[in-house]
Amino acid sequence: MSDLQSQDYVRRSASTLTPPSVRSHEDEVAKLIDVSRCIGCKACQSACMEWNDLRPEVGHFEGSYENPADLGPSVWTLMKFAEHENEQGNLEWLIRKDGCMHCEDPGCLKACPAPGAIVQYANGIVDFISDKCIGCGYCVKGCPFNIPRISKQDHKSYKCTLCSDRVSVGLEPACVKACPTGAIMFGSKTDMKHQAAERIEDLKSRGFDQAGLYDPPEVGGTHVMYVLHHADKPSLYSGLPDKPRISPVVGAWKGFIKPLAVAGIALAAVGAFFHWITAGPNEVTEEDEAEGERVLREADAHEPEKSP
Amino acid sequence: MTNTWQDIKNANLVIVMGGNAAEAHPCGFKWVIEAKIENGAKLVVVDPRFTRTASVADYYAPIRPGTDIAFLSGVIRYLLEQDAIQHQYVRAYTNASLVVKEGFAFENGLFSGYNEETHSYDRSSWDYELDEQGFAKSDDSWQHPRCVINLLRQHVSRYTPETVSRICGTPQDKFLHICGLIAATAAPDKAMTSLFALGWTQHSVGSQNIRTMAMIQLLLGNIGVAGGGMNALRGHSNIQGLTDVGLLSNLMPGYLNLPLDKETSLDEYMKTKQYKPLRPGQTSYWQNYRKFVVSLQKAIYGDAATQDNNWAYDWLPKLDVPMYDIIRAFEMMNNGQLTGYICQGFNPLQAFPDRGKIRRGLSKLKFLVTMDPLDTETSRFWQDFGPQNPARSAEIQTEVFQLPTTCFAEENGSLVNSARWLQWHWKAAEAPGEAMSDIWIMSGIFHRLRELYRKEGGAFPDPILNLTWKYTDPVEPDPEELAREMNGRALADLTDPATGAVLTKAGTLLDGFAQLRDDGTTASGCWIFSGSFTEKGNQMARRDATDPREQGIAPNWAWAWPANRRILYNRASADQDGKAWNPAKPIIEWNGSRWEGIDVPDYGPTVKPSDGVGPFIMNAEGMGRLFARDLMADGPFPEHYEPLESPVENVLHPKVRSNPVARVFASDRAAFGTPQHYPYVATTYRLTEHFHFWTKHALINAILQPEEFVEIGEVLAKEKGIEQGGWVKVSSKRGEVVCKAYVTKRIKPLLVDGKPTHVIGVPLHWGFTGQARKGYGANTLTPSVGDANTQTPEFKAFLVNVEKTGAPAA
Ligand code: SF4
Ligand code: SF4
Repeated sequence: MSDLQSQDYVRRSASTLTPPSVRSHEDEVAKLIDVSRCIGCKACQSACMEWNDLRPEVGHFEGSYENPADLGPSVWTLMKFAEHENEQGNLEWLIRKDGCMHCEDPGCLKACPAPGAIVQYANGIVDFISDKCIGCGYCVKGCPFNIPRISKQDHKSYKCTLCSDRVSVGLEPACVKACPTGAIMFGSKTDMKHQAAERIEDLKSRGFDQAGLYDPPEVGGTHVMYVLHHADKPSLYSGLPDKPRISPVVGAWKGFIKPLAVAGIALAAVGAFFHWITAGPNEVTEEDEAEGERVLREADAHEPEKSP
Repeated sequence: MTNTWQDIKNANLVIVMGGNAAEAHPCGFKWVIEAKIENGAKLVVVDPRFTRTASVADYYAPIRPGTDIAFLSGVIRYLLEQDAIQHQYVRAYTNASLVVKEGFAFENGLFSGYNEETHSYDRSSWDYELDEQGFAKSDDSWQHPRCVINLLRQHVSRYTPETVSRICGTPQDKFLHICGLIAATAAPDKAMTSLFALGWTQHSVGSQNIRTMAMIQLLLGNIGVAGGGMNALRGHSNIQGLTDVGLLSNLMPGYLNLPLDKETSLDEYMKTKQYKPLRPGQTSYWQNYRKFVVSLQKAIYGDAATQDNNWAYDWLPKLDVPMYDIIRAFEMMNNGQLTGYICQGFNPLQAFPDRGKIRRGLSKLKFLVTMDPLDTETSRFWQDFGPQNPARSAEIQTEVFQLPTTCFAEENGSLVNSARWLQWHWKAAEAPGEAMSDIWIMSGIFHRLRELYRKEGGAFPDPILNLTWKYTDPVEPDPEELAREMNGRALADLTDPATGAVLTKAGTLLDGFAQLRDDGTTASGCWIFSGSFTEKGNQMARRDATDPREQGIAPNWAWAWPANRRILYNRASADQDGKAWNPAKPIIEWNGSRWEGIDVPDYGPTVKPSDGVGPFIMNAEGMGRLFARDLMADGPFPEHYEPLESPVENVLHPKVRSNPVARVFASDRAAFGTPQHYPYVATTYRLTEHFHFWTKHALINAILQPEEFVEIGEVLAKEKGIEQGGWVKVSSKRGEVVCKAYVTKRIKPLLVDGKPTHVIGVPLHWGFTGQARKGYGANTLTPSVGDANTQTPEFKAFLVNVEKTGAPAA
């Protein structure tokens, strides 16, 4: 949830028409994570818990420094540690801060059937509006980065908000403020790309010929970008997708809901969703999946929805 | 640190060895990143494990725990062979040219003067040959076979790359690559900084580990310059302050020695502290020792310390042994010779070696007082917490007084950071519950003790009855008042001896230690802090971050001892004529009439370069010491000795395997394991998620690193059938830990003397109080062995066995 207002929305889940943002002057923001200077200290993780009042349970040691073991409804960012042996036989310990990428073309938003539960602001931040979330889990399926998690307690979906509440009042995200090495930077997307270019040059001078920026065009670019030493192989970094792809099912689902909305029977759908909320468990059922598949088979490939 | 955190950014090469800066000092580590990004610096890491620091390094090499001296002696050999030293610097500023006494020798692992019975050295041969005036002889041509540089050359000649690799397990090519990187910083305008911590100190040869690197830095001309230095990263926000104010069992504030039994008078005590210059015209600043001691006595005893009673010298405790360090304290506790223990801000059950011995010792006490903001394991040693603390409460008679104290955020005060800055901090919150400040508690104990002495007399009441206690609030003296007392003040008008003019009025706070006198007219509780709280106010509270040259020196931010000096030995940053070696990063330079620059000169401000005064003004010869004279317990040159528990023989001298003067009690020797039973080398360390045994009391930290584990290389894990995250039992001769295994690529077997050697990593954070899961604690395994000089325990290299085991019963 954020302090940004609806005038800032440029996209809204399950809505064909999104009001044009009245605040057209807003810069697109980006967080730049320079993996090459991250020391894996988890200050960002703890700042995230502090700012957002998240306290997952004290877990167990599970065979790595990754704790908690996975992202979760109260774990919005997680340091991932990959031990990689390079061609020279030397070890590289690739440490990556995982969390929502704030895609320009967000699969979660496209997959979400609850009107307004997922929004994108003019500054690029993708935010979950919890009171509108029905906990169906479609965003989980729709996300090419495997980010959102549904809470077992309130059956709502959670993920990093890019500290939209802080950003809206001119502050940087909490993780950015906490990072001791300056590995996380925040600013306009243009500035961050400039910063990245300087870092990439330095890395190339240190023998990382394939250093580069991760800003995948497959999702229209992201508002969380990485400087990688091995930009040719993002998957080395604990499975960062080489080519993130929104599942075709998501496009199909949008194709399915859209006619409904246009036909003015969206209310019926909402009624159905309401049933899901009260009856729980709010999971995408096999029927839903089958329905998606069916629509997919019948429908032509739909163009990704573009904001007006 | 000789330099500052910020100054690290000026380095061309950052070497992290004997520490894990990114992990244990993540905030300060930003300056390493800054050096890389802004100064194009390279980062080299030498460590038994591929650490988080290594993850951002340009070059990493593995090393067997406890073999750093072999590695570094190999580097010295390389530098001398390749002639990659800063010649002008070495000749002018180090004792390379000085001639060592006849009789000094090193044979088969022993220096001259070894006494096998006492396990100690008669160090009288470890000194210079003196001329008629008592000055050290010098041979500037470096022809004399006994001049320091030639003795050094000879001493390190054994450390060839083959031998280094054979001892350390570091592949030769990696070792040589690092030698090359280091050698490049011999250029006068290049600097290497050495960042280290307990990875060097916690060894039976800890002090010598550090000394070896200090010698390298001297040879390269990297001491005193921007981006250089020997930078000990202190592991606790105020551990520097702890040593500064003398909380070591053989020291008083300001690194003054506690008197020995045999020093029966002040004059006797001072005899060994005259520090007569060993070269003509040298400063030898310790010549002022008496002023510091007398001023300290005036601070402690006030009017009761007089010329007539030798400034109350008799009231000082006198040592009958070299020191009552922790290892000795717990040995005595176990022997029933020490029956009461006040444990202030310390958690020995977690922190001291051989946990079983610590628990047995505490169990024999009559009373234990703990003062801590947290519910420490030590406070609960008597309670049964299952296998992690199998105490039998019914059999323990120790009476425990657990006194909760405020923590730093709940009180005003100062902390001394690694860079020697005294930074004032302000109370931010009220203390919870019944917590009281340490000052209140200590004052309370003092008043009650004094009352008892007053009433009952006792064997020796004078030292307590005569303490001066003139605080506004005697029950809880104000931290600022105590800080002013440390700084010191004039007790009478201080006059110019020549003219009689009054320089400093009676009662005024002193500007610095240069004003201290040995006639009882000044008082200062810690001479090195003099200048921190002056008539201009609390200098520690200053917060002006202006850095005039953007070179990492902000002289008006807080206050650094000594004399607000940020870079020690900074005179050595300039050549003999007073010009900066590195014109791009000058610190101080001679402007024709005085030394000027961005830092307070570590030198007479108007002493002309042509006067030939050496830059190392605390040393009697004015020079940096490649040969330590008689100042180290275990030799004037460093030598590789195996850890007390080691898997191999000492290939250099099989008969003298380990440090012959390491601190080992007979009972502890009996608790050493052999490689037959304990074939693997273990080393202990911190993880970034935790600060020692404190942060497991904080929920977020407990979430980030919840449970005890050990790190095991893939090869050994496979051999032993140990699975990722599976349960293992790690045992030493002293105890066992059952925990999970982190099977990792980051620890590789090392080829040591032809044999594969496995290293087991043992993080140390878990105990049985707090929010994290219960753990045994690394000190269950560690041996009770002390460094020969500091008695710091050998936590970084010992032997264990490891076996796969089942999950413990829940
Ligand atoms: S990363 Fe996943 S959750 Fe985040 S915006 Fe992209 S699709 Fe949505
Ligand atoms: S705070 Fe910065 S350095 Fe630490 S883990 Fe996060 S991104 Fe990495």
